[in-house]
Amino acid sequence: MLKIKNLQAKVDDKEILKGIDLEIKAGEIHAIMGPNGSGKSTLASVLAGNPGFEITGGEALFEGKDLLDLAPEERAREGLFLAFQYPVEIPGVSNMTFLKTALEEIRTHKGLPPLSAKEFMQLLKQKQELVELKTSLVNRSVNEGFSGGEKKRNEILQLAMLEPKLAILDETDSGLDIDALRVVAAGVNKLRSEQNAFLVITHYQRLLDYIVPDVVHILFEGRIVKSGSKDLALQLEEKGYDWLREEVVGG
Amino acid sequence: MSKDEHLLSTLATNEYDYGFTTNIEMELAPKGLNEDTIRYISEKKNEPEWMLEWRLKAFKHFLQMSMPDWQNFPMPEIDFQGISYFAAPKKNQLKSLDEVDPELLDTFNKLGIPLEEQKLLSGVAVDAVFDSVSVATTFREKLAEQGIIFCSFGEAVQNHPELVKKYLGTVVPQTDNVFAALNAAVFSDGSFAYIPKGVRCPMELSTYFRINSQNTGQFERTLLVADEGSYVSYLEGCTAPMRDENQLHAAVVELIALDNAEIKYSTVQNWYPGDKEGKGGIYNFVTKRGICKGKNSKISWTQVETGSAITWKYPSVILKGDNSVGEFYSVALTRNKQLADTGTKMIHLGKNTRSRIISKGISAGNSHNSYRGQVSIHASAPGSRNFTQCDSLLIGDRCGAHTFPYIENRNSSSVIEHEATTSKIAEDQIFYLNQRGIDTEKAVALIVNGYASEVLNKLPMEFAVEARKLLAVSLDGSVG
Repeated sequence: MLKIKNLQAKVDDKEILKGIDLEIKAGEIHAIMGPNGSGKSTLASVLAGNPGFEITGGEALFEGKDLLDLAPEERAREGLFLAFQYPVEIPGVSNMTFLKTALEEIRTHKGLPPLSAKEFMQLLKQKQELVELKTSLVNRSVNEGFSGGEKKRNEILQLAMLEPKLAILDETDSGLDIDALRVVAAGVNKLRSEQNAFLVITHYQRLLDYIVPDVVHILFEGRIVKSGSKDLALQLEEKGYDWLREEVVGG
Repeated sequence: MSKDEHLLSTLATNEYDYGFTTNIEMELAPKGLNEDTIRYISEKKNEPEWMLEWRLKAFKHFLQMSMPDWQNFPMPEIDFQGISYFAAPKKNQLKSLDEVDPELLDTFNKLGIPLEEQKLLSGVAVDAVFDSVSVATTFREKLAEQGIIFCSFGEAVQNHPELVKKYLGTVVPQTDNVFAALNAAVFSDGSFAYIPKGVRCPMELSTYFRINSQNTGQFERTLLVADEGSYVSYLEGCTAPMRDENQLHAAVVELIALDNAEIKYSTVQNWYPGDKEGKGGIYNFVTKRGICKGKNSKISWTQVETGSAITWKYPSVILKGDNSVGEFYSVALTRNKQLADTGTKMIHLGKNTRSRIISKGISAGNSHNSYRGQVSIHASAPGSRNFTQCDSLLIGDRCGAHTFPYIENRNSSSVIEHEATTSKIAEDQIFYLNQRGIDTEKAVALIVNGYASEVLNKLPMEFAVEARKLLAVSLDGSVG
């Protein structure tokens, strides 16, 4: 589904990604862990097409298409979704209008007719239950006045509505208490299938207790320095990032 | 616009039924401005002597007045002698839509305006002939059952002289400003409405219902009187961009609310703004004012301004009656080289009066958008309150947003609150929407609509839907 080769990127003349290789297949969940500043969120932003980052080398193919050649909205319509670490507030635009607009764009791209108001409401209600988001929040302006946990659940609601092929969760667990974390993880687990894939970016192993990855990658100073099974995350949790630093620098 | 309204507006804008616009007469209309011009207009309209005298008096004032110089743009040269003052907006009819500015047509298509109506709006000769009298008459009969008078200003002068005499010029005096004086001297026609005591007008009154509104655009005069305990909602304008041969528009609107009456006045103004350089656009110098004459009365202005090369307009409320309420909700969008200097005046004279101002400016391209607002609480108005929220949104880095508040409070028990913000559309907002499959143009439209929603929600529903679409279309190509 996603094939990344030697991807390099910088922001404000600072090199952040120094050659990332990564392949994700349908049905898989990959986790990326790493210390602060290792480039985790940059990787997410670059894949989603954030114009604040400059690609300096490498390539990324998504379902065989040159991802880096597509505008951010085209990537989204092709089925790439980013659950933001810091979801943005859009005053005055109701969550519902936003979801409806986004869903229509994506359905149009797939050649599907727009949903009727009734169909849309039914779908929304069903997905809303999945993430246990209050109806009042669906009617409010996008993310405006939402708590940290509500914002993250709102991201997963969008994920559930838009049904992407590849979802990147950028530190979705940050700022969540344990109950909210369970809700978010349960939502993701219900949404996973043989047809889609997830790239879960996290700083802590905790999330991976609930969303169990097939592969864990460790990102360090802009490179993936280790990949392994979910045990790698446990090992990292136990030994800390210092162990990694020594191992990489030493090796 | 619903199908019905489309039909109505198409029907209502046919020049076929309205007596005074035959081609011959239009050609005979003399250019230039002097007492003879005014006598000519008055005679053509078969006006009584008092009306002519009123016009002539206004003309004398006009001659002694000078152009305003306080607005935040250089006043254009206006050759008052170069204008033909008697209903001649369609003198250079185009033969087909091929002759119309393609960008204008593009906008029509985006707004979903039917072809025949496109022709009408852009000044192309229309072949289709509908019987507009019957539709307009049906509405008028329905209103008449409740004693509501809704007719052209000219008809009101003929049929209801006592009401016109009683209220004309009482809110906007002839001497108010040079454009108001000019309008008083040469006004071509307009609307008149009277809602009798205790009547709640059963439908939104709209210029669509009135025949021939197209031909009165240049110097239009509107007078609305809501008698004790009555309610009326009035809609003016159209979301479709209207092309007009006349560059100068100087309308006057007067609203009078007596005890416990309420008037809601909504405008969507989308006159031709000119090409990208601003050439050929309309100069819109309008004086709109209402008086809450009676106690517990309420006047609410809502406007969405997207058109015209220049907009100079301050719909105001004089809060004379105790406990009266004045409101002003405005969205003004400028782009390309458009200039808007718009806002309101809230003059508190009565006790415990309340006013609320919500102004949302949106500037794009090379445009300049100014909010100018006066809040004046007099010594006679203890216990009064004003709340003003004045926001500016900038799109791009070549436009300007300006705020000119004038605030005075002459008693200690009254409160004035003023909040102002200036913001830009954040790139992270656009990226967030992009990431959900929404392209940048739509993203900006969504953000702008969200920004203006507090005002748009005050519009009657159908109008609000159109206005949202209009804002989106107006911003096409402004970003990126």
